[in-house]
Amino acid sequence: MFESLSDKLDAALKNVKGEGRINELNIAETMREVRRALLDADVNYQVARDFTNKVKERALEDKVLTAVAPGQQFVKLIYDELVFLLGDVHVELNKSKRLPNVILIAGLQGSGKTTFTGKLATLLKGKGRNPLLAAADVYRPAAVDQLKTLADQVGVPVYTITGDDGTPAKDAVRVAREAVAEARKTGRDTVIIDTAGRLHVDEAMMAEVVAIKEAVEPDEILFVVDAMTGQDAVNTAKAFNDQLDIDGVVLTKLDGDTRGGAALSIRSVVEKPIKFASTGEKLDALTEFFPDRMAQRILGMGDIVSFVEKAQEQFDEEEALKLQSKLQKQTFDLEDFYTQLQRIKKMGSMKDLLGMIPGVGKAVKDLDVRDDAFKHIEAIIQSMTPEERQNPKIINGSRRQRIARGAGLKVQDVNQLLKQFREMKKMMKTMTKLSGKGRNVDLGGLMGLGGR
Amino acid sequence: MALFGFGRKEKEQERLQEGLEKTRSSFFGKISRAVAGKDTVDDAVLDDLEEALVTSDVGVKTTVEIIRHIEERVAQDKYVSTSELNGLIREEIADLLLGTTDERPADFDAPLPNKPHVIMVVGVNGVGKTTSIGKIAHRYKEAGKKVLLGAGDTFRAAATEQLEIWSQRAGVEIIKQYQGADPAAVAFDTLAAAKTRDADVVLIDTAGRLHNQIGLMEELAKVKRVMDRQVPGAPHEVLLVLDASTGQNAIRQAEAFTEHVDVTGLVLTKLDGTAKGGIVIGISNEFRIPVKYIGVGEGMADLQVFDRAAFVHALFD
Ligand SMILES: Nc1nc2c(ncn2[C@@H]2O[C@H](COP(=O)(O)OP(=O)(O)OP(=O)(O)O)[C@@H](O)[C@H]2O)c(=O)[nH]1
Ligand SMILES: [Mg+2]
Repeated sequence: MFESLSDKLDAALKNVKGEGRINELNIAETMREVRRALLDADVNYQVARDFTNKVKERALEDKVLTAVAPGQQFVKLIYDELVFLLGDVHVELNKSKRLPNVILIAGLQGSGKTTFTGKLATLLKGKGRNPLLAAADVYRPAAVDQLKTLADQVGVPVYTITGDDGTPAKDAVRVAREAVAEARKTGRDTVIIDTAGRLHVDEAMMAEVVAIKEAVEPDEILFVVDAMTGQDAVNTAKAFNDQLDIDGVVLTKLDGDTRGGAALSIRSVVEKPIKFASTGEKLDALTEFFPDRMAQRILGMGDIVSFVEKAQEQFDEEEALKLQSKLQKQTFDLEDFYTQLQRIKKMGSMKDLLGMIPGVGKAVKDLDVRDDAFKHIEAIIQSMTPEERQNPKIINGSRRQRIARGAGLKVQDVNQLLKQFREMKKMMKTMTKLSGKGRNVDLGGLMGLGGR
Repeated sequence: MALFGFGRKEKEQERLQEGLEKTRSSFFGKISRAVAGKDTVDDAVLDDLEEALVTSDVGVKTTVEIIRHIEERVAQDKYVSTSELNGLIREEIADLLLGTTDERPADFDAPLPNKPHVIMVVGVNGVGKTTSIGKIAHRYKEAGKKVLLGAGDTFRAAATEQLEIWSQRAGVEIIKQYQGADPAAVAFDTLAAAKTRDADVVLIDTAGRLHNQIGLMEELAKVKRVMDRQVPGAPHEVLLVLDASTGQNAIRQAEAFTEHVDVTGLVLTKLDGTAKGGIVIGISNEFRIPVKYIGVGEGMADLQVFDRAAFVHALFD
């Protein structure tokens, strides 16, 4: 996106004789592209329009843009503006001297509130705090059970009220109020209140969450929203903020491949910081929000920073050393190869991984970088016996046929994999010789095989 | 400046809030401006149409396509009245939404082509799979069919308990195992039980998963595969549940789920909010999948068989 935008503008300016100044005319097409990119990323129609108008005005005003590389400067202008709008400083949770601190979690149905509650508890516990969870979703079937299960995993208590019929008592306000009292009594310093999902147009339910707010006076009200949300994000965020005066936003399901334009839409209608990004179903999958990365994501630009970080997470040093020695001793077998594949897979889809490399992002967008490539390799290795994996040399014709059948593939596929594996080993041998004691696993080599 | 160059009229810069409210005002109310007997459509009308569609999450690509079709037809046939243009627009959009076939009826009273008729329900996290299953079970039960549920979400905390409550509400039976059990085994057992219990309809719940998690998508494909060993041809229907508030990412979802488990129908949930769910238009058209049901609330009765005309109408409300 970035490259193509700046190219377009450069081209447009080239056609203009003289100084190559940006004007309404030669910027029009580029602006349309920017706007389309924003809409494709789910930025709200009106927000996208305002954004591009603002950027256009600045570009026209800005004398700088007559300089050497106006295309690039223009792109930088867009990027900077986006980062600015997304909020460029990390904002911490509100803290107060009053104990317990109360955090209220609210949002639409299915946005990920309960899971986030579990994650926040994990995070706070890790920082030495001792939270109590309040199960104030008294409506959705088994919502209380879900929170209890999560709380068990985190190792924190849950406050619930069971009615006469054995199901949760249908009084969310009471649950919240009593949970705070309970925390005070038992010396818990934080209460996190998980509430039922609700539509912003459901007056009764919105009144309930306002009543909870009034009853417990939270230090922090977090609005949880699915990063995949489309045009409607502005309506819901605005309504929740109008009614609750939220303190911050949590973006969930960012481990998906959504461009996440909702983040910009929300920031434009409610001027509240995005405090967390939720990136998976596991309890530790919670991070700070990074506006620069989000801006790149919305614009479809590679995110080299998180690529590097992810890669580092998955390949810890000890493993790498083990692998290194295997490579050097030439004992690296298909078993090890399979393990490495799993690691790479954990980092995300092949396409995502490639997409994080600047310059590659756009190239792979329409390309079929199939994880099928992995799928086939996996299927083939899975169909092998342990002996075969450890010693691929013994795989003769009839074994190949059996393996192919087991994997539901052709014998040629098996042949190809074995051939590539041999070549890879050869390559690794030369590589390890060359690099001596370098501790880096050659990701590129492995990927080259995977992405055939 | 109109976004994609359909209109050339520079619009007044409105304040954001006003704009948002304006978006929700009726589109067809506005197009009465269009003059009869023309062979082109007013730029202003196209601008409004563009805005109405994009803000309903129809997406730029499909919006551009719809507008192009309309321009072509108007150039050819000329429209004589506003109401004709209205009809034309509605028709063009409805045409993109695929119809249901007898093989996989959406109507609960319709005769089922298989016994048991097995329906597998898939989708990303939190879209409303389990709730939709509860509602569909209720409707089939009401239509006099014997329904069996399979608690195939063995991953998410308390997912089985949630489906169990729905089975009680709907008054249908459920086959379940424990959290962490193999979902394929649950599906397999459910179909075995369906045969011995003479069930007419089986609904298999699955754990929510993001479509870019290949391992989980493969697991889903496996759950699907084992069913065929118990009941040949099963599952006969794979329903992908989409949340109406989801934006363009729903296309990716449809793509990945179709690739791995061959989706045969869509359920569009949470239409009781302000989101329009326009994304299904492009998906239905591109992937040739009909929308079967819509969810309009959290109660058991809050499910409707999809009605194209009503859906298109609501887009412009
Ligand atoms: N307003 C509204 N809420 C809905 C609708 N369908 C489901 N929900 C709610 O959305 C939330 C998630 O629904 P579930 O059925 O648990 O979704 P799921 O897809 O099974 O979720 P996971 O199994 O966790 O992936 C619940 O709070 C439901 O009550 C609908 O049509 N309208
Ligand atoms: Mg579920």
